[in-house]
Amino acid sequence: MPADGGIGASTRRREDVRFLTGQGRYTDDINIHNQAHVFFLRSDMAHGRINGIDISAAEKMPGVLKVFTAADFAEVGGIPCGWQVTDRFGEPMQEPKHPVLAEGFVRHVGEPIAAVVADTLQQARDAAEAIEVDIEALPAVVDMAAALEDGAQKVHEDLKSNLCYDWGFVEENRDAVDEAIRKAPHVTTLELVNQRLVANPVEPRVAIGVHDRADDEYTLYTTSQNPHVIRLLMGAFVLGIPEHKLRVVSPDVGGGFGTKIFHYQEEAFCTFAAKVVNRPVKWRASRSEAFMSDAQGRDHVTKIELALDEEGHFLAIRTSTLANMGAYLSTFAPSVPTWLHGTLMAGNYRTPLIYVNVRAVFTNTVPVDAYRGAGRPEATFQLERVIDKAARELGIDPVEIRRRNFITEFPYETPVALTYDTGDYHATMDKLMELADRDGFEARAAESKKRGRLRGFGVNCYIEACGIAPSNLVGQLGARAGLYESATVRVNATGSVTVMTGSHSHGQGHETAFPQVIASMIGIDPSQVEIVHGDTARVPMGMGTYGSRSLAVGGSAMVRAAEKVIDKARKIAAHLLEASAEDIELKEGRFTVKGTDKSVAWGDVTLAAYVPHNYPLEDLEPGLEETAFYDPANFTYPAGAYACEVEVDPETGKVTVERFAAVDDFGTIVNPMIVDGQVHGGLGQGIGQALLEGCVYDDEGQLLTASYMDYAMPRADDLPFYSVDHSCATPCTHNPLGVKGCGEAGCIGSPPTIVNAVVDALQRAGHDVTHIDMPLTPSRVWAAMQG
Amino acid sequence: MTEVSMTVNGRPVRADVPDNTLLADFLRENLELTGTHVGCDTAQCGACVVHVNGRAVKSCNIFALECEGAEVATIEGEAAPDGTLSAIQQAFQDHHGLQCGFCTPGMVMSAKALLAENPEPTEAEIRAYLKGNICRCTGYHNIVRAIMAASGQDVSNIAAE
Ligand code: FES
Ligand code: FES
Repeated sequence: MPADGGIGASTRRREDVRFLTGQGRYTDDINIHNQAHVFFLRSDMAHGRINGIDISAAEKMPGVLKVFTAADFAEVGGIPCGWQVTDRFGEPMQEPKHPVLAEGFVRHVGEPIAAVVADTLQQARDAAEAIEVDIEALPAVVDMAAALEDGAQKVHEDLKSNLCYDWGFVEENRDAVDEAIRKAPHVTTLELVNQRLVANPVEPRVAIGVHDRADDEYTLYTTSQNPHVIRLLMGAFVLGIPEHKLRVVSPDVGGGFGTKIFHYQEEAFCTFAAKVVNRPVKWRASRSEAFMSDAQGRDHVTKIELALDEEGHFLAIRTSTLANMGAYLSTFAPSVPTWLHGTLMAGNYRTPLIYVNVRAVFTNTVPVDAYRGAGRPEATFQLERVIDKAARELGIDPVEIRRRNFITEFPYETPVALTYDTGDYHATMDKLMELADRDGFEARAAESKKRGRLRGFGVNCYIEACGIAPSNLVGQLGARAGLYESATVRVNATGSVTVMTGSHSHGQGHETAFPQVIASMIGIDPSQVEIVHGDTARVPMGMGTYGSRSLAVGGSAMVRAAEKVIDKARKIAAHLLEASAEDIELKEGRFTVKGTDKSVAWGDVTLAAYVPHNYPLEDLEPGLEETAFYDPANFTYPAGAYACEVEVDPETGKVTVERFAAVDDFGTIVNPMIVDGQVHGGLGQGIGQALLEGCVYDDEGQLLTASYMDYAMPRADDLPFYSVDHSCATPCTHNPLGVKGCGEAGCIGSPPTIVNAVVDALQRAGHDVTHIDMPLTPSRVWAAMQG
Repeated sequence: MTEVSMTVNGRPVRADVPDNTLLADFLRENLELTGTHVGCDTAQCGACVVHVNGRAVKSCNIFALECEGAEVATIEGEAAPDGTLSAIQQAFQDHHGLQCGFCTPGMVMSAKALLAENPEPTEAEIRAYLKGNICRCTGYHNIVRAIMAASGQDVSNIAAE
């Protein structure tokens, strides 16, 4: 570990001190003088026609400032969708309006119908009870297959059907894939469900809208992963507020996991209402509101076919997926089952022919969008499950069949549009076998057996496309935004550095890791570097944090800006040292004339930049501050191999995870401690999906899992210690740091590992079980064992 | 409105509050001690754990009026007045037992209660004790390690086990 706290050091996190002492500043900790509170009256019906809303009694209740309904938003746009998918036939997806408050219909439980703004939250809540809503129930559309049948009840009367799009990828491969599967010696088929999940950051969403009459400026405080994106979407598409009149602040945010990327109605409401009532307006979601208003994740139903030759070489893959969009299109929803899923179907393997079909469906459920991993866990799950099933059918060891098909030469162009720049999948698998002690498995299995438990070993690989994303590429794919990142590196006169980054930290430790990079580049102590993020008034532009992009894209922008700064500082140093700039090198915080002992300290150069008495004013402007926008040339491709051992209690079907090993190739690592933590957290969520979590609606579209009592969050005693390793590093070839991103890996790689291990345990015990849908609850496992 | 008085982190406080004011809201709103967090409405997440008369309590699940005359300790009172972190806080930082920090105050207060009644808990005892504290970020690995370390146990081999 470097002693200087630079790149590669497990530096303790500086942000921890404020979090550990209760001094963090989360959005709900902010109260604005004279603020009012809003309570949303939400639909308790999944689908219905609103015949009338009577607010007259509510308006007269104590403390009420105003009761809002859709009529108040007649001049306001809908919540926009940021990604347009083009279907197999070249047509744009169907895109319904997503109103701030329900317009004429309610389409999912939890959709806001009206909003009461009052002096206190209690008053607002009491008044909401006095609102009379006349709703005529309509049949709820819940099941995706039924939603696509001819004559099915429509979620949106004004759309042609419940089909958002029918996407084929790569459409030109369709016939060749069909043919290869028809002719293959062996085809393994698997139908599976990737169940709906709720992201559930422990901090519920909060929004505070403020309007300043003096200069007609708005401020929105919000729990967002990307305040600039909210400013753009809300300002330009919903409320029509120019960006220079709108500031969005996301202070400390208590976890995001994707669900805090999106622009939500409550943000637009609070901003809009603040001007109308001429008071700041605050909203805080209760947990039950979070369950019915935060965009949910996953919810795919898939059939996958894998064609193989007799030796287990992959010949072709064909998949057909139904993807639930929920009632409206959340900000990035259309991209998740398509570009973040179909493009990943090659996995770590050479499969010459791949065809992915996805039909996205509207239902009367809460909207679905990106949740940690977003599309990539869905791809990995089906691919790694079908490979495992094929290995068992062909009698090939699951590790061996993977090895036989690994991609070994890079760059590698997949048949699904990606070019992997680098990787070494055999090396990660070798390391995994050692870390997981596969050789010791049989002895442990025998020991389990003595205790009456069935032990199984599961293995799995994954690849993901991170560092999202090259703007020109995503533009062609339907993104309505660029996905670069910006950074400003401001060197202060005395040599300390302030970095304004468009990335946003909500647990990832940017305030610690980003300074490690700058410190390494300049050779100053990391404590001399400060990171500013989460405020559109302080950071020029940003696309935010998701898709494991902060260091790969945001960090690269910061490096580029720092390079410009260093370049200029070198010229100043050359002037001070009376040498030519080419001869100046920067090391350990000093500029030295190569091969001499003539040098000048970083701080003297920075001071000269701001006190330019002895300064090349004819060639250089004073000051030392640079901005860079970095647009990645490609995605990054973290990859890894995971293994676990589970025990199944044959009496109850209960599964426990006994050992879990994760070997990841993240390229260059800046702070290993933080990276380990990111993997741990992802594993916790992935194991949660495999064993515990599931969001359930009944046939009427009622949300049955709307609290922590009903939705099984993983707790400390559900999870094991994990063994993680990232020593097999092949640095990314196209960003300046060689980093790949580590935020989602654990969540992508772990669900199939667990299911593979449980199937292994059952098959070893003689049960003819080839698949169980997640979550692998005791009742499901027990039922599978009964045949 | 009823008057309530109690001692919070050693400081006597008193206020008039509506009878249905939760201790969590009293701490956050009346005293501006916003380190105590609220993450749910069913007493499940534990982000709001404080100590009342030395016992760990979910402050979202008790009325302020029930704490009349009580000694209440919150995360804000955990470090020494000069800012030195307590052993548990320091272990959480040393072992990266927090990410977003939202569950952290409750975790630290729960860990403190655990170590008061069981000075050297096993991994299983820690995991069982933390049932009422949800963390979505860390996968619990480093939280459990931090608590073991805070109790003086050697955790250097755990990650590689
Ligand atoms: S807020 Fe008290 S347990 Fe969740
Ligand atoms: S650190 Fe984020 S919830 Fe625990």
